Amino acid sequence: MDFQTFGTVLLQVLVGGLSLGVLYAIIALGYTMVYGVLQLINFAHSEVFIAGGIVGFLVFDAVKASSMNGYLKLLLACIAAMAVSGLLNVIIERLAYRPLRGAQRLVPLITAIGVSLILQDLLRFLVGLRGQFDLSVPLPQGFGNPISSLFGLDISLLNLQVKDLILIVVAVVMLIGLNLLVNRTQLGRAIRAVAHDRQTSGLMGIDANRIISLTFLIGGALGGLGGVMFAMKYQALNAYSGTLPGIKAFTAAVLGGIGSIPGAVLGGLVLGWLETLLGVISLFSSVPGLHWLGAIKAEYKDLGAFLALILILFLKPAGLLGRSAAEKV
Amino acid sequence: MKKTVLSLTVLTALALGSANAATVVKLATISPLSGSSSNLGLQIKNGAQLAVNEMKAEFAKAGMTLSLVAYDDQADPATGTAAARRVVADRSILGVVGTLNSGVAIPASAVLAPSHVTMVSPANTNEKVTDRGLANMNRVCARDDAQGPAGADFVVNTLKAKKVYVLNDKTPYGQGLADQAEKAMKAKGLTVVQSEGVAAEDRDFTAMITKIQTLRPDAIYFGGLYGQVGPFAKQLRDKGIQTPIIGGDGYDSDDLTKLAGTGANNIYFTTVAPPLDAVPAAKALSTSFQSAFKTDMQGFGLMGYDSAKVVLQGMLNAYKAAGNKVPTRTQVESAVRTGTFNVVTGQVKFDKNGDRQTAKMYVIAVKNGARSTAGTVNVVRQ
Repeated sequence: MDFQTFGTVLLQVLVGGLSLGVLYAIIALGYTMVYGVLQLINFAHSEVFIAGGIVGFLVFDAVKASSMNGYLKLLLACIAAMAVSGLLNVIIERLAYRPLRGAQRLVPLITAIGVSLILQDLLRFLVGLRGQFDLSVPLPQGFGNPISSLFGLDISLLNLQVKDLILIVVAVVMLIGLNLLVNRTQLGRAIRAVAHDRQTSGLMGIDANRIISLTFLIGGALGGLGGVMFAMKYQALNAYSGTLPGIKAFTAAVLGGIGSIPGAVLGGLVLGWLETLLGVISLFSSVPGLHWLGAIKAEYKDLGAFLALILILFLKPAGLLGRSAAEKV
Repeated sequence: MKKTVLSLTVLTALALGSANAATVVKLATISPLSGSSSNLGLQIKNGAQLAVNEMKAEFAKAGMTLSLVAYDDQADPATGTAAARRVVADRSILGVVGTLNSGVAIPASAVLAPSHVTMVSPANTNEKVTDRGLANMNRVCARDDAQGPAGADFVVNTLKAKKVYVLNDKTPYGQGLADQAEKAMKAKGLTVVQSEGVAAEDRDFTAMITKIQTLRPDAIYFGGLYGQVGPFAKQLRDKGIQTPIIGGDGYDSDDLTKLAGTGANNIYFTTVAPPLDAVPAAKALSTSFQSAFKTDMQGFGLMGYDSAKVVLQGMLNAYKAAGNKVPTRTQVESAVRTGTFNVVTGQVKFDKNGDRQTAKMYVIAVKNGARSTAGTVNVVRQ
């Protein structure tokens, strides 16, 4: 492999991993929000996420013939998916987690897995009513176009499409928005208060149940947005498509330090890059002295990502940006 | 005394009656007639019915009344096995056409075997169906292990590829297929630039596409299912890579082209069910199929017809060999296994395990979202 190809591959990994990583990051934020407040891992988040993807599909499908502006179509899909997923998450919390609020930590974890399985089959049933299993998402005109130049720079080597750029922009906007919400608003302060100490915040006049519902609403809405981004990126999904990205995003959240918003984003990016790099690393086996890389085939990309997780948890149990939780006394 | 005379008369009358009236012989079909694969199961049944209709007169000349009895296996091994037991119990059934699913054929043929009821399958591809060496189990279609080599054949002879990239979905089906194809391609002197796997649920092919772009293979063999291959083709073509993609019958769904969208081009797959345009002799047959059942004949209808023809010819051969007597099940069983039959899809002759000696695999091409036949590959078993 010559020097130029070498550089091109590395650049493609950087960009491909970025667009995969921010997708994980968006989903990971949903896990992190809920965990931050309740110390609960919402395993049903994968399904909340893919429900958003299905809603996104329905909107794209409904408006595919209209001459509406493509970005308006996307906005519609995002709003609908965020509303449905957010509501779904609130309902899940109300029915499956709230009644168990006082129970041992393990109990809501098990109901979370149960809810996840129920939702999977429910979604499959609902999609099946259309006589379909695999959904193919029609994109607005132009979203699939390759981008050959940006700010006058020739970037045709990067294999970027308009939809990849949208995904990255959405993720950045979302991260900034969420940060502002949590750190600069009244609601954010209430969420942090409940996360810090539910009892005491109650004494200060905060309705903890309302705040928890709102947190689930926000977490679910983020999941729904992630679902639309997934639908847009891959243009193919089914009721079970959420599982694998869900697990990866959960891994990303833990990797970055679960409960930390910048941690979720960092974890997502690290995972996306690691995975993409491991996927192509066998290409570098032609470099002298690196022939052994040829044995690392694409099937090990997930394995590598999870090994990295274990390694980091060994070295820094709270995750990359996590703070080890101080005992509440 | 009077009583004896009476009973003698009755006996004589009965004996005369049976000598004059034609003996009833039946062909049975076992296939799914209800449930999600009933469309294919009905094709098999209707194909066999067409063969029975055609040969009724010939059987009548030999003093036999031929009819078809169709059992529904619901694509379920237990239901199919129960149907096989009912076949065993009905002594007038001399042979079976079926099934659609290998999972049903394996236990059902085992039930039929001790009673020597011959079975000819139009559709079962699993190796185990015939590898058990049962005397009664035969098939007119090619086997799963012929798919990889047939794909390799196509890559070498038609696509004229020199370098191939091999991908599999890490399932027993996809990986097995890709391994066979890879072995056959290497044997034909091709360079396999990379052979690797991807989780069956994975829809992100960024890494694989980067590799394909760098390694520039002439063809991509992907052992997997349409649900994953569709998105793969889409992502690949979106990056402007038009390299042909080839795989097995796991691609055989209309959803492939839906999921691949604009990428549904330059995709090929091997299958045992003949597309009707690939079998010129089937044209007349499909017309009579259409007029009899008011539905179009598909590949499995044709295979059902051919399977029934083989069993019925076998019955007639056994009839002649037995000195123009209604043959026993054992005689039909050995007549089917040892005979040579000329049917619509060509000559049928079984090897010692019941595999067709020269079966065909068909290669289907997807071009701009439309399907056509790209070629046939002969599969010869020694």
